[in-house]
Amino acid sequence: MNITQLLNQMPGAVAQGLIWGIMAIGVYITFRILDIADLTVDGSIATGGAVAAILITSGVHPWLAVFAAFLVGMAAGAVTGLFHTGMGIPAILSGILTQLALYSINLRIQGIGTDLGSRANVPMSINKYKNMLVSLRNVGNFSLDNPIWLLLLITVLLIGVMYWFFGTEYGCGLRAVGANQQMARAQGINTNTGKVIGLMISNGLVAFSGALMAQYQGFSDVSMGRGAIVIGLAAVIIGEVIFGKKFRNFALKLLAVSLGAIIYYLVIQVVLWMGLSTDDLKLLTALVVALFLAMPYWKSRLSARKLKGGAGNG
Amino acid sequence: MAEKEMLILREVYKTFNPGTITEKTALNGVNLTLAKGDFVTVIGGNGAGKSTMLNAIAGTFPVDRGNILLGGREITRLPEHRRAALLGRVFQDPMTGTAASMNIEENLALANRRGQPRGLRWGITAKEREQYREKLSSLELGLENRMGSKVGLLSGGQRQALTLLMATLKHPELLLLDEHTAALDPKTAEKVLRLTDQLIRENGLTAIMVTHNMKDALALGNRTIMMHEGRVILDLDAEQKKEMTVEGLLEQFEKVSGRELSNDRMLLTK
Repeated sequence: MNITQLLNQMPGAVAQGLIWGIMAIGVYITFRILDIADLTVDGSIATGGAVAAILITSGVHPWLAVFAAFLVGMAAGAVTGLFHTGMGIPAILSGILTQLALYSINLRIQGIGTDLGSRANVPMSINKYKNMLVSLRNVGNFSLDNPIWLLLLITVLLIGVMYWFFGTEYGCGLRAVGANQQMARAQGINTNTGKVIGLMISNGLVAFSGALMAQYQGFSDVSMGRGAIVIGLAAVIIGEVIFGKKFRNFALKLLAVSLGAIIYYLVIQVVLWMGLSTDDLKLLTALVVALFLAMPYWKSRLSARKLKGGAGNG
Repeated sequence: MAEKEMLILREVYKTFNPGTITEKTALNGVNLTLAKGDFVTVIGGNGAGKSTMLNAIAGTFPVDRGNILLGGREITRLPEHRRAALLGRVFQDPMTGTAASMNIEENLALANRRGQPRGLRWGITAKEREQYREKLSSLELGLENRMGSKVGLLSGGQRQALTLLMATLKHPELLLLDEHTAALDPKTAEKVLRLTDQLIRENGLTAIMVTHNMKDALALGNRTIMMHEGRVILDLDAEQKKEMTVEGLLEQFEKVSGRELSNDRMLLTK
């Protein structure tokens, strides 16, 4: 084990964490604000990558490509929202359905312009497409073309926009939809529309993150979103466990999510460096997330038992 | 005088789970007319249809048959969130009326925008904050100093008082109170009830209050109706109310329904 080898990996982990942090902020909007576990994201992150890759490789400017990815992601979220609110399908199943459908759609998007009309992988080398926004090629550089700077700027801007949006009349209404649907309706809020809009914003951000991811790694792959929801949840939970007590303000809570994603990738780098196989990574992530999700439940059972014990003594 | 009629329920029917083993006719042709400024208390045994009637007015579910008119406007087919502009509601469970994870002023700001389009203006202004502080201090619960606190931290009584304030903030055409003091301890219930009466009087509101407490039902409002098996079986005006006693109500119930009022909860609270 060579420590400089680990240190060399750190900037890359931070960059990856920042990209996944954008995705995790999208997950936070559905999971924490709307109280919906939305599994669309496994598909919509790859959709974002596919849209960006196909546009960039056909000469569209990368900024325009990530914006297009954002819009297509919003459409994916709208589909899940309509499955749920218009067809009465449980939210979690609605997300799974969209995610599955997106797999085919992503193959088709990536296949645009090919003879087969379907493709699992779209390479886009930084050598060929020099104006790409971020690339892991530059992540070790001490210069302005290091992707970390731009990713930091995007994250800060995103947190600012989300802070503003969820403070507006409409955003407050969305928070009420997640907090108490009955109350929201009694205050004249259309909870169905609210959920659809929330899912659209969330998946728009997830696809935006996927568009950056594809540029960063230099290719878009149809399976790049596998397990994305779990990584997103891991980021949300890590952020809450570490910063939850101190970060009360909404903007700080979103910052905690982004930091959670960075910490997740730093820890991953460490365990890989210590010899864990990348093949076992998803198993580890799933177990860690399961453990953290169980904590509030275990805590409440523990305090219930204490209460019972106290009553017995008294 | 048609323009003075605030609420009209005409032959309203509602059956839950039709065609199944749990089929239940909750509203069996309800007729009720409220004049502007009426404060009606509603009593009746469990399953009499009291809460169902309020929920039918609020639009929680579509009714099977009949018409509901509010302020001269047909609302029978209007979705719940659209009717909210005309209504104020307080529920039995103190958790239901407020958003626990949002703070006091945010809850009030949500209520203050009931019936208005919600845009991208900031969700709460400095001016309305002052207005909320004033209104909260009139509750005399000290909530005006805790406007940034999450509502989840408040007691049941405080939450119901806040919900009442939220429900009356926009001077609704009709205030619906669904056993809103039933989950509170007697002393707090008394306080919330007094506040209810005060807010209804001050704002000149039309209101329907469901209660299990017959004494409260007779003491408050200018009208009392009794429901049984999804129908209004007794309707007392202000004069008749004055002379009515709890014993008298029980007697009336037996006479009209042809059976004894065997509701423990109701007997206990006489």
